[in-house]
Amino acid sequence: MLELKALSKTYKTGDRALTDISFSVPAGQVVGLIGPSGAGKSSLIRCINRLVEPSSGRIYLGETELTKLSGRALRQARRRIGMIFQEYALVERLTVMENVLSGRLGYVSGWRSFLRRYPQTDIDQAFGLLERVGLGDHYNKRADELSGGQRQRVGIARALEQNPELLLADEPTASLDPKTSRQIMRLIQGVCREMNLPAIINIHDVVLAQNFADRIIGLRAGQVVFDGPPSALSHKALTCIYGAEDWEQVQQSSESQNDEFLFSNAKVLELT
Amino acid sequence: MTGAITSLRTWKRPPVLLKDPRWRWTILLGSAIYLVLAISSVEVNWFRVYEGLERGWKFIQGFLSPDFNSRWRDIQAGLVESLTMTLTSTVAGVLISVPIGIGAARNLAPAPVYMFCRSLITLSRSFQEIIIAILLVAMFGFGPFAGFLTLTFASIGFLSKLLAEDIEGCDSAQIEAIRATGAGWWQVVNYAVQSQVMPRLIGLSLYRLDINFRESSVIGIVGAGGVGATLNTAIDRYEYDSAGAILIIIIAIVLVVEYSSSYIRRWVQ
Repeated sequence: MLELKALSKTYKTGDRALTDISFSVPAGQVVGLIGPSGAGKSSLIRCINRLVEPSSGRIYLGETELTKLSGRALRQARRRIGMIFQEYALVERLTVMENVLSGRLGYVSGWRSFLRRYPQTDIDQAFGLLERVGLGDHYNKRADELSGGQRQRVGIARALEQNPELLLADEPTASLDPKTSRQIMRLIQGVCREMNLPAIINIHDVVLAQNFADRIIGLRAGQVVFDGPPSALSHKALTCIYGAEDWEQVQQSSESQNDEFLFSNAKVLELT
Repeated sequence: MTGAITSLRTWKRPPVLLKDPRWRWTILLGSAIYLVLAISSVEVNWFRVYEGLERGWKFIQGFLSPDFNSRWRDIQAGLVESLTMTLTSTVAGVLISVPIGIGAARNLAPAPVYMFCRSLITLSRSFQEIIIAILLVAMFGFGPFAGFLTLTFASIGFLSKLLAEDIEGCDSAQIEAIRATGAGWWQVVNYAVQSQVMPRLIGLSLYRLDINFRESSVIGIVGAGGVGATLNTAIDRYEYDSAGAILIIIIAIVLVVEYSSSYIRRWVQ
């Protein structure tokens, strides 16, 4: 359970990124955070694990108030929050296994992580997660040998290796092709269902958000302008979030984006 | 179609730095005049040059007929001293540079540590090796210990500056991702930073080994031991054939170090 109370963020340059954001996410709910570029989506999820320092307001994860923490307590809170990044943010020169195990860094002592001597339970869990995301036999490959979709799967495994109570995802599909994007979103949705994990997913693709989130929050200029189920995301709501656009056309073309249609279309192209 | 062609539009690249052509010509002419005056102010003693040519020729002759044998014992001792100095000072330099380099990286160190480490680097870099060698020879006496200290000191400035710059150029997303797992500062350095800068650190250390060997033969001239001292003695005694032999050995060793280091650098990538 995550709760945000009157969260605001003003950067040193004077840019108001977030204004008075309040909402709560119950266990197991997948929230799609949408909004135009610069609306404050990245700032919002980075405020939650304090990679960005909020200016005012409070954030509660369960009983813990995250906004008050510092030093060791902050690191212990961070390990309860798994994060998935745009462009994957894997450590490129380390192996897949080291990347997944790095999810345990908040739990193990410095010398254990330095010598890569993780407890057996952590290693078992890492193998299990790699199999869950479909990379069972890639564990000794270097991260930069993998394709984009595979890298993001490692990113997901790393986040889950933390045994998180909350999942944050910052544009997890931004650099992936349409089919891989859907697979990644389906994977994130699936693990959230299995582990009853709440998640906040920043996403540009409105249709992906509608398909895979239980709830949509629309951000515009640092303020929540829409909060409701995906079905309530009308053209009017979209105009409110993004500004005027021919939403009829956008949604029509996006309906054709489901996998089957995309591939039958590709076949037609190949034949001609 | 024809209408568009009739109005021919010309284009010239607009001047980048000085808009006014008069300024451009003034600066161009001014620097040309200065250059002519400066060159003409250099006094050349042509008689001395003529004499020197003869000596230079002797030197080249010595170089072409190198004598490895008559001073071999001295050369060998000097070489061993130089190689020892080179290796020990590079290892010591790397060991000291790593913490200073990390401290001098803006994305890892707090402001006071950053300022302290940066000033150490500036201090080390502001003196040329020869000057430090002269100072340290005066402090610790002739011999390779002064040379070792000189090269270590110079290596610190070089390695920590370049290491710090490489750390600052690291992919911040990887650092952020490791930080987001709840990792401590050391763990962030160990996982996200070390793996990114390691190939470059190895490359820089090998390059510094190369530089230290060459420097070790120069600082020997001011009394800091090594093959430079042997070379200096040989030249002072007009034994150009022995000096030639020493130079050939130095060139050979530099070549070997150069080739092996470029091979190792490719291997660690």
